[in-house]
Amino acid sequence: MTTTHVAVGSRPHSAEAQPGENYLNCSHGLKSWLLTLDHKRIGVMYLIATLGSFLLGGIFALLVRTEHLTAGKTIMDADTYNQMFTLHGAVMVFLFIIPAIPAAFGNFVLPIMLGAKDVAFPRLNLASFYFWIAGAVLAVVSIAINAPDTGWTFYTPYSTSTATSVIPVVFGVFILGFSSIFTGLNFIVTIHKLRPKEMGWFQMPLFLWGLYATALIQILATPVLAITLLLLILERSLGIGIFDPALGGDPVLFQHFFWFYSHPAVYIMILPAMGIISELITTYSHKHIFSYRFIAYSSVAIAIFGFLVWGHHMFTSGQSSLLSMIFSAITFSVAIPSAIKVFNWVVTMYKGSIDLKTPMWYALIFIWVFSIGGLTGIFLGTLSVDVHLHDTYFVVAHFHYVMFGGTVMALLGGLHHWWPKMFGRMYNERWAQVATFLVFVGFNLTFFTQFVMGSRGMPRRYYMYPEEFTNWHVASTWGSYIMAAGFVLTAIYLLRSLAKGPIAPMNPWGGATLEWQTTSPPPHYNFDGDPPKTGDPYDFDRVKYDPETGSYYHEPLRG
Amino acid sequence: MTAHSAAHAEHPPHLAHHFETPVQQFESGKLGMWLFLGTELLMFGGLFCAYAIYRANHPDIFLYAHQFLDKKLGGINTVVLICSSLTMAWAVRAAQLGQRALLVLMLLLTLACAGGFMGIKYVEYKAKFEHGLLPGTHYVAQTDHGHGGDHAAPGHEAAAGEAAAPHAAAGDAHATPAEGDAVAHEMAADEAAAHALEVTPTPPVSAADAPKIGRAAAAPGTFRPGPEPTTDGHGPAAVPANPQIFFGIYFAMTGLHGFHVLAGMIVITWLLVLSLRGTFGPDYFTPVDLVGLYWHIVDLIWIFLFPLLYLIH
Amino acid sequence: MIGILQAMAPEGLLASAGGSFWLPAAKSTFAKSTDATFYFIYWLSVFFFVLILVMAVWFLLKYRRKGPVPQSQPSAHHSTFLELLWSGVPLLLVLGIFVMGFRGFMDLRTPPKGAYEVRVIGQKWNWAFQYPNGYEDSELHVPAGEPIRLVMTSMDVLHSFYVPEFRVKMDVVPGRYTDAWFQADDPGESRIFCAEYCGTSHSQMLSKVIVHEKGEFDEWMKKAADWISEMAPEEAGAILYDRKGCRQCHSLDGTGGVGPTFKGSFGNRRAWSDGSSGVMDENYIRESILNPKAKVVAGFDPVMPTFQGRVNEKELAALIAYIKSLK
Repeated sequence: MTTTHVAVGSRPHSAEAQPGENYLNCSHGLKSWLLTLDHKRIGVMYLIATLGSFLLGGIFALLVRTEHLTAGKTIMDADTYNQMFTLHGAVMVFLFIIPAIPAAFGNFVLPIMLGAKDVAFPRLNLASFYFWIAGAVLAVVSIAINAPDTGWTFYTPYSTSTATSVIPVVFGVFILGFSSIFTGLNFIVTIHKLRPKEMGWFQMPLFLWGLYATALIQILATPVLAITLLLLILERSLGIGIFDPALGGDPVLFQHFFWFYSHPAVYIMILPAMGIISELITTYSHKHIFSYRFIAYSSVAIAIFGFLVWGHHMFTSGQSSLLSMIFSAITFSVAIPSAIKVFNWVVTMYKGSIDLKTPMWYALIFIWVFSIGGLTGIFLGTLSVDVHLHDTYFVVAHFHYVMFGGTVMALLGGLHHWWPKMFGRMYNERWAQVATFLVFVGFNLTFFTQFVMGSRGMPRRYYMYPEEFTNWHVASTWGSYIMAAGFVLTAIYLLRSLAKGPIAPMNPWGGATLEWQTTSPPPHYNFDGDPPKTGDPYDFDRVKYDPETGSYYHEPLRG
Repeated sequence: MTAHSAAHAEHPPHLAHHFETPVQQFESGKLGMWLFLGTELLMFGGLFCAYAIYRANHPDIFLYAHQFLDKKLGGINTVVLICSSLTMAWAVRAAQLGQRALLVLMLLLTLACAGGFMGIKYVEYKAKFEHGLLPGTHYVAQTDHGHGGDHAAPGHEAAAGEAAAPHAAAGDAHATPAEGDAVAHEMAADEAAAHALEVTPTPPVSAADAPKIGRAAAAPGTFRPGPEPTTDGHGPAAVPANPQIFFGIYFAMTGLHGFHVLAGMIVITWLLVLSLRGTFGPDYFTPVDLVGLYWHIVDLIWIFLFPLLYLIH
Repeated sequence: MIGILQAMAPEGLLASAGGSFWLPAAKSTFAKSTDATFYFIYWLSVFFFVLILVMAVWFLLKYRRKGPVPQSQPSAHHSTFLELLWSGVPLLLVLGIFVMGFRGFMDLRTPPKGAYEVRVIGQKWNWAFQYPNGYEDSELHVPAGEPIRLVMTSMDVLHSFYVPEFRVKMDVVPGRYTDAWFQADDPGESRIFCAEYCGTSHSQMLSKVIVHEKGEFDEWMKKAADWISEMAPEEAGAILYDRKGCRQCHSLDGTGGVGPTFKGSFGNRRAWSDGSSGVMDENYIRESILNPKAKVVAGFDPVMPTFQGRVNEKELAALIAYIKSLK
């Protein structure tokens, strides 16, 4: 925070950009990227880094799924399998899903949506990125030494007694936590202090509400994770005995501490995704969002309730029945704001003008998978039913529907939505829709089968499984291959568009928010001159189609 | 920035390009700092929770083990930190008024207090290490709890004497933990479990029986027994099982706090360098103000830690 | 989609006898109420999912953009009535579900007085069940029609006792006791899983519950408690090899596992991990069972838990005889 005052040295460009100059070409060389304080470049670096992690986590996932082609040993031994699912979980959760949307898209879009030049603390922002890198490096180091086999939850006393290298990865996650805290802090201050005067809280685009609620969780929950992981490291290295029953400690206390962070972390993953969906549905329906305030409030409500429900991960852990009852009751309360959002999105389409571009397909897929993910959450919040379903594939399927289906579909939607803005090129729409279809089919085949296995009693984290589940497992594995094909295809046409895609206009989709009122890609200071005045962020009456350019433009604000 | 400054000649020198006014920048810095301090409190909050849970579950451990902390040194440290808070606040005022010499003096005094605090902390830690008053597996059972403290009340001394003999025996057993485990395992597990079943899950099994139960099958609070608890009314003198838990929490809390004092010393040194260069004045004193906030929070945390760890009744 | 999957599912997928598409056979007294709650939520979910889907698809077809120019029609941006409707109705429904789940849970958590108690010990990677008379078995045998209370603890890390067909699951925690109970009214067998991840052979930490007719149980117990004296020591050793969980780590066919194979091992000279060596004789086997970390065969990790107190002299003799017989 003390860094903001220092004059930013050696900026080679002026506030008034030359024609054709944008944030990508205003300075050159690796150093101009690695030391950049520009939120857009930091966002792009996060995008590359998190998608790289997604690739790594995806490879682990495919190995795990391939192992399950047969009930016994297929390609790896039990210990390797245990390391694979641990790495899959840890990489996907800590390196990919938690930072992906806020750090990549949040960084890129948030200041532009506010009409600001940058986030409040650009140096801290760059520092967050390098914290991320340091955490990721430590995680990779642990893979090189002897990958952990604890599961991403690091439950004690297994994590304090296994022979694998737990400390580097836990310390990596500890550092990643600081990356997350500083990003959240930066966003909160930016939204509070850099919002233009004419933009009240209820004139903010809903993506910003999502990011704001997310940032609140990041700064409130992550410190507790930090201290928990620190205690785990002390436990493992020095044997301080806080979680070790042999030394008088309480192993279940670790679970309380862990889930106090990690349940809200689920909302760190899903809230910005919901924000993206709000943007996508309105833009591609060319229709004002239905019930803006309820969607905004429901984000904050989810953030608050999210803190009070961690105990629902522990209904069978031996915690008191009274606690379980309270946690179950509060858990159901999260269902209400989620339901409000889904209904509002669907009703937003009413009397709209729905343009079925790729991002809209992803928004619709999101509604599909998130509905299934949310509804199956009700099974798990119900005490007696959870006793049967806990730690089975039903849980695995549920959180993949919410975290993977929810967050990643929104991320893909956002990626396609903002791709022209970020890189100034259009991708191939037809290939994009083919890939979307593959991802949708593959996803449902992979994970819906897991609901059936789980409710029939298949426990999670099983290397071998009873023969009767073989067909379900094989179907699930084939689903994962189809999905992987979809992702590879996506990577190909997106990368190809960078070189060969048509030049993107300012506003190819008819978006109403501020980022569509600057050039694609935006100039270094986001707008040439002062940003346009804003009013209602979803006033699509002002957004008109220009048949000559195939782009949209904003009519001046009335009054 | 040169080109940028030229284009916006009206921009004051310390104003970053993305802020409109110095006030906006100052307020952003302040809000950011408060949020950061909030996360710091939450991080310590996790430890306070652990403290509360273990103290509620094992009040006897806390009552017993806190006697080994040196109230006198802890008290001096509290005073030292409060003084440093005062000098830090004064430094902020000096920066605002542009009194450079006073600012430098106050920062130096703050640093000196912080250094003094860490010095005293070092003495305390050293004594703990020497006496084996350490967390977890490193803990060595105590045969004397009158070392270096101001709490050698006659009652305690007497009790310490009584407890000394059985303590020695326990100490032997602990000297080789691996052997101890093996011994525990050699006891019939059937018998152990049978015994443990009669006892409801949480209440600690009487210390004398504990070794029979074996390392893993033991109920919480049974692994590292002290000798037979003395129930002769001396209360604190009775040695409960698992006193090392207290030291685990003590070192985690004071260690993390000490780390924050060190970090504070580093930033204050940085401020000192900047103020010697004359960076601060009535127009620009944000860093001093923000570090001041940080320093007060570090003090505040100690003010909670001191009574919670040293003054238990 | 559910319907399609149901229609597509080959017969083989529903192999395990009884049960429905979603749930395995219900064999405990409270399985029925859990299943009823499950299916109540299930049909409610199907209803809401179809509702959302129908709405979305209908709007999609009706309001799809024709041509490049967007033509949205004006409509209200807000409706308090609708918001209250879709907050209020789900709220009432989840309240109802909560009560159903809570009732079922309290039933699960409250064992009836006078239940037959079995001690359960989880240890990497096998289960041990100790009966009131001191007999220990690796399978859980219980009488039908009688409430059974399990008092469970772990010797090492977290495990979780899970019988899908009973809808019972409870974590097994080191350093404390957790409990679970059930009552199965019909004789039969059900699978026991470990549901909390516990390391290498987590997925092999399996066992069975065998429900006996009330009268047969007492008879079984009588026989079981004294089974070793009724057979040759090698045969008894072969059974103990399974029951005590030796199989999880020590193979019989010469392949390596977590521990060295037993095949042709007796009488060999072995190198220990500390560099010394010795002969695998009766005393070595005995020591390795009671104090496994004393001499570990080179190339293996010292991961075997002690069986001190879990095998008696008769059983030791039988195991030694069995290992001797494996040429």
